[in-house]
Amino acid sequence: MSDTGGPRRTRPPLFLERRSYRRRRLIDAARLLPVLGLMLWLVPLLWGIGGRTVSASGAGIYIFAIWVLLILAAAVFAITLGRSAGSAREVDPETRAEEERPPW
Amino acid sequence: MNGHVLLIEDEPNIIEAISFILSREGWRVDTHSQGSDAVEHVRRTGPDVLILDAMLPGRSGFDILRDLRDDPEMSALPILMLTARGQSKDREQAERAGVSRFMTKPFSNAEVLDAVRALSEA
Amino acid sequence: MVTLNTLAAFALAYVGLLFGVAFVAERAARRGRGRWLRAPLVYTLSLSIYCTAWTFYGAVGSAVRTGFEYLTIYLGPSLVMIGWWWVLRKLVLVGRSQRITSVADLISSRYGKSNLLGVGVTILALVGTTPYIALQLQSVTLSVGVFAHPGEAREAGDATALYVAMGLALFTVIFGTRNLDANERHHGVVMAIAVESVVKLTALLAVGVFVTWGVMGGIGGTLERIDASELGQVRMDGGRWVGLTLLSGMALLCLPRMFQVMVVENDSDAQLRVASWAFPLYLMLMSLFIVPIAVAGLELLPAGANPDLFVLTVPLSQGQDALAVLSFLGGFSSATSMVIVAAIAVSTMVSNHIVMPLWLRTRGPGASVSGDVRDVVMLSRRLSIIGVLLLGYLYYRTSGGGAALATIGLVSFVGISQVLPAMLGGLFWRGATHVGALAGLTVGFVLWLYTLFLPSFGEGVILPRAVFDAGLFGLGWLRPHALFGLEGLDPLMHALMWSIALNAVTFFAASLVSFPSPLERLQGAQFVSIELTPGPTRSWSGGPAEVEDLMIMTQRILGAGEAQALFAAEARRQGLEGNLPDPSPDFLETLERKLSGSVGAATAHAMVGQIVGGMSVSVEDLMAVADETAQMMEYSARLEAQSKELARTAAQLRSANDKLTRLSVQKDAFLSQISHELRTPMTSIRAFSEILRDGEGLSAEAASKYASIIHDEALRLTRLLDDLLDLSVLENGQVSLNVRSGLLSELLDRAIASARSDEDGQALRILRDPAAERVWISTDLDRLAQVFINLVSNARKYCDAPVPELRIRVGQAGGRLTVDFIDNGSGIAAEARDVIFEKFARVSDREAGGAGLGLAISRQIVTRLGGEISYLADEAGAAFRIELPLDIAMAAR
Repeated sequence: MSDTGGPRRTRPPLFLERRSYRRRRLIDAARLLPVLGLMLWLVPLLWGIGGRTVSASGAGIYIFAIWVLLILAAAVFAITLGRSAGSAREVDPETRAEEERPPW
Repeated sequence: MNGHVLLIEDEPNIIEAISFILSREGWRVDTHSQGSDAVEHVRRTGPDVLILDAMLPGRSGFDILRDLRDDPEMSALPILMLTARGQSKDREQAERAGVSRFMTKPFSNAEVLDAVRALSEA
Repeated sequence: MVTLNTLAAFALAYVGLLFGVAFVAERAARRGRGRWLRAPLVYTLSLSIYCTAWTFYGAVGSAVRTGFEYLTIYLGPSLVMIGWWWVLRKLVLVGRSQRITSVADLISSRYGKSNLLGVGVTILALVGTTPYIALQLQSVTLSVGVFAHPGEAREAGDATALYVAMGLALFTVIFGTRNLDANERHHGVVMAIAVESVVKLTALLAVGVFVTWGVMGGIGGTLERIDASELGQVRMDGGRWVGLTLLSGMALLCLPRMFQVMVVENDSDAQLRVASWAFPLYLMLMSLFIVPIAVAGLELLPAGANPDLFVLTVPLSQGQDALAVLSFLGGFSSATSMVIVAAIAVSTMVSNHIVMPLWLRTRGPGASVSGDVRDVVMLSRRLSIIGVLLLGYLYYRTSGGGAALATIGLVSFVGISQVLPAMLGGLFWRGATHVGALAGLTVGFVLWLYTLFLPSFGEGVILPRAVFDAGLFGLGWLRPHALFGLEGLDPLMHALMWSIALNAVTFFAASLVSFPSPLERLQGAQFVSIELTPGPTRSWSGGPAEVEDLMIMTQRILGAGEAQALFAAEARRQGLEGNLPDPSPDFLETLERKLSGSVGAATAHAMVGQIVGGMSVSVEDLMAVADETAQMMEYSARLEAQSKELARTAAQLRSANDKLTRLSVQKDAFLSQISHELRTPMTSIRAFSEILRDGEGLSAEAASKYASIIHDEALRLTRLLDDLLDLSVLENGQVSLNVRSGLLSELLDRAIASARSDEDGQALRILRDPAAERVWISTDLDRLAQVFINLVSNARKYCDAPVPELRIRVGQAGGRLTVDFIDNGSGIAAEARDVIFEKFARVSDREAGGAGLGLAISRQIVTRLGGEISYLADEAGAAFRIELPLDIAMAAR
């Protein structure tokens, strides 16, 4: 709809430049994060097995600690990705033309 | 003395038979058995009557007939044509080409004699 | 002690503040100074409408009752946000590029702009949201009740609920329907919500800090007292822990109000990127002090105090009135923000998917240009908002605000999560179909109603007690809490599992067996591969649509100024003078999407379709055209095939005709030949027999000669007739072979003797190879001899060498026996070789007494014997080869 002209879409290149490659691995890591979080947050299911009890304070600290770590990791990923998206936009004028294009 | 008859025919027995019949009646008979040089032979010998077989080695009797009719000197030559094929279209073809008489083999000796006599008198 | 009046004053002041904030934000946006309104922080804060009054107050109550389980409501959304690369990002991209206005619009748009699906999701959302709104009203009422004196509680409660509902309706109508284009977000509302979310977080944190440091003596003390309290031992229901985490994650994606702030109001990736970590942080902070507050409440307040109100009652009990009021405002914020956004979201759905289609239908075709659609849409939205709030209020009143409402939050979650399979399927699976989505939603909705929603009112309220005990219609496996006999499950988990599982299975199965419409397939492709192909969906034709009508309609939906600006901009872009652009397909798409922001995709499609009317080429039309084209191509291909067939037949006929003509010519020629061959000897016979009959002047010698000529010619005739008969028999295949065995050499001896029987003149010398000839053959020896005789006599007749010689060469090669007859003459001219095996083909001028049938007969015979006769061109003289299969030949014994 915008005047970006005809289809400029070609096959994605086989090899990406180093920055794009970094970026993609970062996205992979970001994708993995919730999986990791879910696994860690499923640990409470194991509490109380075999009669051993876990104190509420300990449990709370565990859950919140994971939470904080996840938030920190997500923030690092998001900020790094945001920065690389921004710089990619400056470098690549074609990307700028398509504001709504996914940033890779 | 009757006239001169030229017989162009490739079958030896028939040549012999016709020669015998005509010469017995006083005709001078010349024979020739090749189609290819038949027209020249007719011009050279200048017969009163020509008896021409339709199927000859070298050249067909119809072609010889047409050549003779195209030649002003020969256009009036009486020609008796003989054929063994006996098909009506052969007769039509010959008549269109200007044949004087057309006879289908086998013929009776008297028929041949009458025909030659009639042709020479005409 | 805070009086109700003070509280009301605070509340009113606060509401006034919100109005002010919203107003300022709207004005700033209108003047183009609204960059800060789109800040990721504002977006993140607006997401916090996830935390409603139910979680604001109820989390503490939940912690008291079930320990850490309240966390699941926050953990699920946290994971979904942190995992935004999986689903959210795509959802937001689709929402932005397709101008999606609601969950219902998303589903409807994805599945071929089906309004039926839109209606279904709208009803689901309405049923799920109404009790939730009631819950918010209840929480406000309850919180007000905390401040009330015992006597005025009841009365104040009812009044509060009504006033709150009315106030919210007013706010929502004013700020929720300011403009119709979803592209110009509800900045005022979003900003107000952001402020509210700050208020509620501040309030909760303030209470938490007060409790932790003011009551329990710091972090260490708090932890100790937690462990010492009723909550000290971790009681973990594993099933609910996992189930609720998943459920809340799913609900985050499906809740109409969350969809509204998260997808519809989203502007950019940056917003989402920040929210991906900031929103979990918000949730974490919101839940951080829940347990300490719960423990404090249990310690400080008398037994039996409502734990759902600890957030208020704990500060009050400690004489912290200001804190309590702040806390009240926090709860009030939670409730109001949720109600406002939910009302906007649901009213958009109701308006776009139920009211507008109905209105369009009643106006009949072409009506879209005759009325002021903009006003209609506005009115329909406003009425919808009021209707939704009214429903919530009525629900609150009729349900009596009892305990039934407390559970409605999760019940509502399960209900709205029924959209998830269709949503995720639509985003990630191109095979998802309209039928599948409808079937899945229906199954999920019905199961949810039966196993969770209706039972949530309590046994005997809506569903009779008998149904719980014995199942529907007395069928045990239809018990609402033990479907298919699966007993002993927590009712919520039971309903969640069955409804979502069967919903997903039905959705999947029905999608597999059904076939999507063309529009659906296009939309599906668009949605699933949104990352690769941002852009419009299906196209309108570029035909000369009524631009002015479009203009009028657009004016009525978007407003005159905006519509004119839009059209003028497009005209400039197209390089046209004046303000009316050509209705290019591009423009029609832009327009449709612009309108879909106001009235929903399906309605916008229908409206533009109505005007562009006959000019429009829907995908179905295109497909139909394509089908027709395909049919025509098939037809013409068939015609072509037929004409080819005809041509082939004609060619066959022609060739058959040629063959017949040829045969006829051949037959004529054959008859001529036969006639010639018969008449020639007959002529001689007749002539000489007449000569003999006449007798006169004939010498005895001559007579004898003529008689012998007659005899010879008669013989020739006989031979000819014999040959003809022979050939005829052979050609008709009537000959029966008389197969015998014999030595080839003996056969050759016999043939040569026979061929030489009438020999006269120069003798033909025959060269043979007796050793090679010692081959036993098993065939019709007489026929083969006939061939040999013919070949030997041909050599004898036609060999023109001074000393004629015939060499007979016998060989065996490749399982075949060859017998060659080669003479030393000049052979047969190359051009004549083709015809020598034909009948009457005499190549020699030399009269040899034959009718020219010999080789023709020989060929027939050899063919009948399974062999072949050919002329050997590379020999010096005339050379014939007879080849016979060796199975009729055996080596000499």
